[in-house]
Amino acid sequence: MEQLIQQVASGLANGAIYACLALALVMIFVSTDHINFAQGELAMFSAYLVWQALEWGLSFWLALPLVALFSFLIGVGIERIILRPLHDAPVLSVVVVFIGLLAIFHSLAGAIWGHTIKAIPSPFPHITFVGSGYIGPHQIGMIVVTVLLLLALFAFFRFTPLGLAMRAAAQNPASARLAGVRVDWMLALGWGLAAAIGAVAGALVAPAVYLEPNMMASILLYGFAGALVGGISSPGGAVAGGFIVGVLENLIAYFGNLLEKTTGLYLIGNGEKLSVALIIVITVLTLKPSGLFGQVTVKRV
Amino acid sequence: MATTTTANGIAAVRRMSLGQGRWVWALVVVLALLPIIGGKTGLISNYGFLQLSLMIVYAIAVLGLNILTGFNGQISLGHGAFFAVGAYTSAVLIDQANWPFWATLPLAAIMCFVVGYLFGLPALRLEGHYLALATFALAVAVPQILKYRHFEWFTHGVQGINIFKPDPPFGLPLSGDQWMYLVVLAVAVLMFWIARNLLDSRTGRAMMAIRDHSMAAGTMGINVAHYKTVVFGISALYTGVAGALHAIIFEFVAPDSFRFELSIAILVGAVVGGIASLPGAVIGGVFVQVIEKYADALTKKITTAVHLPIDLEPWTIYGIALIVLMYTMPMGIAGGLAVLWRRLKRS
Repeated sequence: MEQLIQQVASGLANGAIYACLALALVMIFVSTDHINFAQGELAMFSAYLVWQALEWGLSFWLALPLVALFSFLIGVGIERIILRPLHDAPVLSVVVVFIGLLAIFHSLAGAIWGHTIKAIPSPFPHITFVGSGYIGPHQIGMIVVTVLLLLALFAFFRFTPLGLAMRAAAQNPASARLAGVRVDWMLALGWGLAAAIGAVAGALVAPAVYLEPNMMASILLYGFAGALVGGISSPGGAVAGGFIVGVLENLIAYFGNLLEKTTGLYLIGNGEKLSVALIIVITVLTLKPSGLFGQVTVKRV
Repeated sequence: MATTTTANGIAAVRRMSLGQGRWVWALVVVLALLPIIGGKTGLISNYGFLQLSLMIVYAIAVLGLNILTGFNGQISLGHGAFFAVGAYTSAVLIDQANWPFWATLPLAAIMCFVVGYLFGLPALRLEGHYLALATFALAVAVPQILKYRHFEWFTHGVQGINIFKPDPPFGLPLSGDQWMYLVVLAVAVLMFWIARNLLDSRTGRAMMAIRDHSMAAGTMGINVAHYKTVVFGISALYTGVAGALHAIIFEFVAPDSFRFELSIAILVGAVVGGIASLPGAVIGGVFVQVIEKYADALTKKITTAVHLPIDLEPWTIYGIALIVLMYTMPMGIAGGLAVLWRRLKRS
């Protein structure tokens, strides 16, 4: 039983990272209808930037906002320079450009920082507290930061004029433009926000796993799964989906182990994590493409 | 706008390929004579023939993706998975059941058709970005699926399978690499010939109608679901046969040769060559192998030439090439050449 609680707790912590990535994916999907395959590599790149800042002697809590800001600028730049001309291009072109971005960021990180693994120390203090047998301080920290991030975003979209303008631009670009919203810049802003959120995700996950150029592939896949489970058109849903998928991932491995211990039959374990994500992605896409909390879109023909 | 250029590009490619049918066969004959011309005179080493074989293999794999994406409009980022299924089917049959290599090819083809068809069923409900996402997940998960513990008795897990390159039959005076080159070439010619006829037929027109406007195609009486799944199967079949040939000429398969990078390479080949063109598939196949072979040296040269402070990596060039190509030649090199050809003829 104790193990089970432990698994759920660490699942929630992993889920926090998936939730961040899912949130970033949703941010771009809602504003541009694109699925950003380069999101994971962007986050990885940002994590390296944080590492670099730490090397230069900055403290983590100073480095994180700086890197988030820098990633924001990268995101805006990518949208304005690379994706803007492809606005009306067929889906294939957009997907290919994303794959190109993925390749560029992946190899740049390797070229600049090398392929040896690096470690970022956890920014959260080592303290003992009630329940610290079940969950470590870094894991608690990841969950708290994710929830704070979500609340901040919610407040931004709900209570600020800029947030309102962004929502308008996403929902109905034509009317928003007529009402004086600069739709193009809103899309770029969405990209920037996504990159900044991804930077937070990367910086948080780096202390939990080691820093290396390949670190994000499986995490991105779970981010996708989280976004789809929660509904790729709903930010809150994506966060919930991220947590659900994180817990699910650990529970499946846990029960797989239990099954092997009791009956000796090996069915599923840690080695099948990506296959589980694949099954989740395909199941959700085919059975309920709008996810648990997403809006069902109706297309006029 | 984009669609009209696309249509023009395709029409141009078609005209070019139909008008030059004789040249294609002449080229095939020259290629088939290479072991005699190049091999005997020592112009082309065995290693050279291996490289040529790999180019042809990738051309078949890229053709598979072309059929699906270029001619049927379904995006796949996961064709490495079908490549892996073909490679493993062939390798396991040779390793476990001692089948001769040529007998494994049809079985690999059937196997991949079935797998592709089954994957095509859920893919029916997905379009554009969602299909890309599902196939992306497939591509990322492939090595893990191959390492699955209950498959280990025939896949040998992480270690992979070693097989031996077959010797030429009937005491032909050829080296193993030259013989396999001829086999690969023959298979490729057959596959391209079938693909050309398929695309030129009623089925091919239905496929393209679905790509251009699936709903209109449906109202014209085309069974969209049936065609889409079957095309997924055919596409997987092509890429799978390429995988099987790759396993045989490379004499080795292992889960980590089928990582996400392979799917990317196939996609890059298709896009660079020209996504809806048969000559494009050949260009793409050559491109994939050349890049894989020489990208390291090339990037080192560029790094030193422009005095970059960091060592560039091949993937950076890959990525930049992809993005630049999407702007300048969305129909790939084949499409670009076709447009150029038309302009030259007109003036």
